[in-house]
Amino acid sequence: MSTDIAYEAADSRVTSLLRFATAGSVDDGKSTLVGRLLHDTKSILADAYEAVERVSRDRGLEAPDLALLTDGLRAEREQGITIDVAYRYFSTPKRTFILADCPGHVQYTRNAVTGASTADALVVLIDARFGVVEQTKRHLAVAALLRVPHVIVAVNKIDLLDYAQGPFRHIERHVQSHAESLGLTNVISIPVSALEGDNVAVASTRTSWYEGPTVLDVLETVPSIDDGADLYGAAHKRGVKHPTAQDAADAETGWRFPVQLVLRPQDAAISPEYREYRGYGGQVAEGTVRVGDPVTVLPSGRTSTIAGIDTATGPLDEAFTGQSVALRLTDEIDIARGDLLAFGTDAPKAERQFHAHVAWLTDRPLRVRDRVLVQHGTAMVQAMVTSIEGILDISLPGGTLDNSIAKGHELLLNDIGVVSFQLAQPLAVEDYGRHRRTGAFCLIDPQDGNTLGAGTARAQVPGSGEDSYISI
Amino acid sequence: MSEAVVTTDPASTHVPARMSTLDALEAEGIHIIREAVGTARKPVLLFSGGKDSVVVLHLATKAFWPGKVPFELMHVDTGHNFDEVIEFRDRTVERLGLRLQVMKVQDYIDDERLRERPDGTRNQLQTVPLLDGITQHKYDVVFGGARRDEEKARAKERVVSLRDEFGAWDPRNQRPELWNLYNPRHLPGQHVRVFPISNWTELDVWRYIERDDIDVPSLYYSHDREVFKRDGMWLSPHPAVKMRDDEQTETRSVRYRTVGDASCTGAVESPATSISDVIAEVASTRITERGATRADDRVSEAAMEDRKKEGYF
Repeated sequence: MSTDIAYEAADSRVTSLLRFATAGSVDDGKSTLVGRLLHDTKSILADAYEAVERVSRDRGLEAPDLALLTDGLRAEREQGITIDVAYRYFSTPKRTFILADCPGHVQYTRNAVTGASTADALVVLIDARFGVVEQTKRHLAVAALLRVPHVIVAVNKIDLLDYAQGPFRHIERHVQSHAESLGLTNVISIPVSALEGDNVAVASTRTSWYEGPTVLDVLETVPSIDDGADLYGAAHKRGVKHPTAQDAADAETGWRFPVQLVLRPQDAAISPEYREYRGYGGQVAEGTVRVGDPVTVLPSGRTSTIAGIDTATGPLDEAFTGQSVALRLTDEIDIARGDLLAFGTDAPKAERQFHAHVAWLTDRPLRVRDRVLVQHGTAMVQAMVTSIEGILDISLPGGTLDNSIAKGHELLLNDIGVVSFQLAQPLAVEDYGRHRRTGAFCLIDPQDGNTLGAGTARAQVPGSGEDSYISI
Repeated sequence: MSEAVVTTDPASTHVPARMSTLDALEAEGIHIIREAVGTARKPVLLFSGGKDSVVVLHLATKAFWPGKVPFELMHVDTGHNFDEVIEFRDRTVERLGLRLQVMKVQDYIDDERLRERPDGTRNQLQTVPLLDGITQHKYDVVFGGARRDEEKARAKERVVSLRDEFGAWDPRNQRPELWNLYNPRHLPGQHVRVFPISNWTELDVWRYIERDDIDVPSLYYSHDREVFKRDGMWLSPHPAVKMRDDEQTETRSVRYRTVGDASCTGAVESPATSISDVIAEVASTRITERGATRADDRVSEAAMEDRKKEGYF
């Protein structure tokens, strides 16, 4: 397969950024696929490639092992495995990419959840000889839990099946039916040989029966969150088939802005005119903030109006998801780091309890009545586990996430469970399915400060109120 | 931040970008800096005058506008610096009205707390003064300009990375880092290193320097310089570099891709005198910046990993 495509680097001043993750085990050929993507997009520099050629020769291999490009730490090279998520950077003329390369077999959940949390797209590897296996179901379940907007299933090693259509179509149907039961809508299966380069970056001439895109085609064209992918999704949900930018903007219901810092320079102002400046620094978590918008401050519930949106390079009329700005309000009200500003008429309610899917990422188990810190947006609040309702078991029949919850009373390393929390102070934790940023949180050890787990909140239980507060 | 323009023309060759890659990286960098400062007791930025730390400092000026950057800078001075870089460093600190702490490797050699290495290079000797500086000044959040695309070990480092009492990085026991939730919590004696431009490539850095018209040391642009060849690299005569008998200087048009210890940082031959020339050169270049110009990283496949475990940047 020819790989002599003269790729230029993307012009990062104009092109967008896509963050994606790859998930799979070594045996699926994930490292080879990643190496192939980097190689075929001319993203591997000469000295790095020479190092791979040298090591391949030392190991007695005939051809350079592209998987070596992704080996990171010495411990990994010595054991021939990858331990930790590695981030890689490449570009084509159409886009720049950040790839979170997630190893499959050690610390599986920890790595996959970490990689998927920031991903606009997830590439799941399947060995064409074995089809959908338990590992595949786990990958798809993580994608569904974390609401990764696009899933690409690379059905790899089709060269070993002589590029036959039948086995691929069988796997494709199996993937589709399983994905649908999980509520995943944007899933595409692609027949691939990472080793030979078929349909990774270059359309294969050996799969004439396949008319779909290559893996790179999909990565180059799916909307990213920075492009406002959430907005396009919102418009789509409203029944607009091919949303335009205007449809997307119209579909917005509000915005969210976690306050990172109060900017009050006083004597440290860069010029005397800013001595009395008072603004709130943060990154727009969702939606588009406009000057004149009504504001609700959470958890206090106070209200005001956006007086101005500032950046170091000048004021803006509006700021959208992902932009780091400073907001000024018309009223001087008490606001601190950890507060959430929201569009006035669409503000969530701050509650003292919530429940969520929790991925447990540490050795000691999570049990009922354990005390943890909840890191949500810019807030850090003490919490107690009030119940553990069950643990995700993907081997259960039923397919949907809710049908796959087995009974269980503690979460062990790499378990995903349904957990309820009581908070020491109210937080505006929202349903992750509709609000990816304000539905996400981390659990932190109050004693040593380590990150224990990650959670995606589910819609509030009806009738839950602040009156059932337990003193912590 | 540039104007928000949404284009959805399906015929466009570009993916419609409401935020360009540079916009997204800048917004992320500012967010990271504000998060770290929002939770820090006493933050500091490691500032060498190199382009990466210059970009981090520039992001900090944007993050705290209209206030000054609310933290000190620290430079671990090998004593092997290029004069242009030190002059640039001091000018920048003065312009922004900041305070600079300098930890000098030479002081450690003078009172024998450190010994000169046989090869005379001092990058490896920076670790002890760095950790002493952090302890003496009680810094708890230490910003750096490291990027994940620089080197394999860095590709696995977190944006917010915990260091123990010895400043050591434990690659096998890193905290998972999810969404844009960074965890800077640490115990007394520990500190966190924070890398706001983790996700930037060398090319992103240069394009951003161009876009925001950021001043960098003149060494980064092509100039005529007396150089000599050693181990395939162009080194510049410097009090720290002993030329061997068989080495001879000649005048070449060169520029530096990194500015570090003059005794082991090589120049590359280049006609790139302007920022756009540099960008064109970086975009088409086929050798990683460390491979081309850092002798110390070429020593072993795990050189950087080993130094980071010992508390290096």
